[in-house]
Amino acid sequence: MTGEAAIVVKNLDMGYGDFVLMRNLNFTVNRGDVFIIMGGSGCGKSTLLKILVGLKNPSRGQVLYGDTDFWSTDPDTKERIQRRFGILYQSGALWTSMTLAENIALPLEQYTQLKPGQIREVVSLKLALVGLAGFEDFYPSEISGGMKKRAGLARAMALDPDILFFDEPSAGLDPVSSRLLDELILELRESLKTTVVVVSHELASIFTIGNNSVYLDIEEKTMTASGDPRKLRENSRNPNVHRFLTRGEK
Amino acid sequence: MLKLTEPDPAGLSLTTPTADRLLVRLSGNWKITAPLPTAFDVGKSFESNKGIRRIAFDTKRLGEWDSGLLTFLIKIFEGCSNSNIEVDKEGLPEGVRRLIELATAVPERKGARKEGKKEAFLFMVGEKAVAFCRSSLEMLDFLGEAFLAFTRLLRGQASFRRSDLTLLLQECGAEALPIVSLISILVGLILAFVGAIQLKLFGAQVYVADIVAIAMVRVMGAIMTGIIMAGRTGAAFAAQIGTMQVNEEIDALRTMGIAPVEFLLLPRVIALIIMMPLLCIYADIMGILGGLIVGMGMLDVNPIEYLNRTQECLTLTTFWIGLFHSAVFGVLVALSGCLRGMQCGRSASDVGYAATSAVVTGIISIIVATAVITFLCEVLQL
Repeated sequence: MTGEAAIVVKNLDMGYGDFVLMRNLNFTVNRGDVFIIMGGSGCGKSTLLKILVGLKNPSRGQVLYGDTDFWSTDPDTKERIQRRFGILYQSGALWTSMTLAENIALPLEQYTQLKPGQIREVVSLKLALVGLAGFEDFYPSEISGGMKKRAGLARAMALDPDILFFDEPSAGLDPVSSRLLDELILELRESLKTTVVVVSHELASIFTIGNNSVYLDIEEKTMTASGDPRKLRENSRNPNVHRFLTRGEK
Repeated sequence: MLKLTEPDPAGLSLTTPTADRLLVRLSGNWKITAPLPTAFDVGKSFESNKGIRRIAFDTKRLGEWDSGLLTFLIKIFEGCSNSNIEVDKEGLPEGVRRLIELATAVPERKGARKEGKKEAFLFMVGEKAVAFCRSSLEMLDFLGEAFLAFTRLLRGQASFRRSDLTLLLQECGAEALPIVSLISILVGLILAFVGAIQLKLFGAQVYVADIVAIAMVRVMGAIMTGIIMAGRTGAAFAAQIGTMQVNEEIDALRTMGIAPVEFLLLPRVIALIIMMPLLCIYADIMGILGGLIVGMGMLDVNPIEYLNRTQECLTLTTFWIGLFHSAVFGVLVALSGCLRGMQCGRSASDVGYAATSAVVTGIISIIVATAVITFLCEVLQL
């Protein structure tokens, strides 16, 4: 159902204390989009993601989920909205005292009425979807960085969220795993109509999965482009955007 | 706009259009947030009708779906595979088919699954004994490295940052004053209270000053400061170094040719060796002050008289024994914290375990050291 707004960002300023990182951000993430937040290092991509998911207050502006202004609504509504998110953090952020199965089962135990047997089945399915079938009883300290990331994704998908947020999903993954992750993101979008918001500067991945994007320009301290990243690569007249999307080669 | 799912419950009906074909009709919303039918009913159909050789699906009335439907179907497919029943997936939504294909695309890695096995009691005892020996060896190894680091320090060849030492002196010293003050005054109060009750019986209230002064200055001031520092600073050392282990910062030091034990341990031990005796003197004064409060408030002892008694009963030997205790405790607390930090695993829970372990090791070593020093003082008639 592309076209229906899932997230609307209006006049958003973000920063730390008196330091303004980005100002006047305005964009819409449609339902079913794979939306890429891109820009050079230090431009505030991860900060914007934190504002979208409720981990950091914006300096000014609105983040609308449906008709609800996320940052001015009451805590209960905010929590209800957050329950529709799945978030994959840069390092996976798995709880180290729990096995992979327990990591994925926790949100299922908290928010569903599934019986333990059914939860085990969902856990196995999620791990299988990220290529970790059979690793249920492993602790995060017993698996590699790439596997942690995939397990983090399995946990993010546990409740089949409406919106999945990914912070640098390809970082630390081998090329094959990275491609499989891209395929999975597209599959989730096609099959479950999941909206995906990705922070990334991996060009190959951006062009493969992204159909909408925003470019945060660290020099201008605001967004200087938005839209389909492939079209931006071909048509953007902004030199910074063009340099970024062509790795500065042209 | 995010839509709230209508509570249209998941439905399951089974029919057999032909003798060898089972048709599974799915209806409603199959979402994991609501109660769902289980694959058990389908399994019962197989058992009751042995002639079924094929299974098909009708999803015309299927609403929204998610992993709840996928897990249900995977369970059915497993059952069909075990019973050699052919599965016709044509009736399933395309998205469902693709996701199931994706889930089964990467086969389970051989040997990945951990088998739950029950160990024999003797095996577990053996494991514990081996782990204890390994831990003791690690401790000896660490002490050896610490000794070498100190010899390099004495030769002026040790490498650590002087700014680290300054910061640690501040953390271990000035920042510990509030908690040392509180605990020491309370210990002085308690000693005076306990002594006063007995001394009152003999009309010898003024000797409460002797009890408090000798106990605090000889050993209690040092012990209490040591225990405070084990809980406060020893745990902090273990957590800091443990977190460095988790973040591979220790590995980075090693690969740069910097000995981690020397770089991390020396400033911490030096800081505590310098600050512990000073904190101990401070704790002694606070303890005596606590005793004075009880002496004045409960026993009507004149403060000048109390301080005179305190001065008379304290000898320089008592004072030096107290300071020696505190210096030893400083070394033990620093070594315990750094040892447990260096032994820390690679996860957040390991850092917590390292901090706890550092406190336990610190306190035990303080008590053992006190016993040894007390025994030596007795032998040397000090």
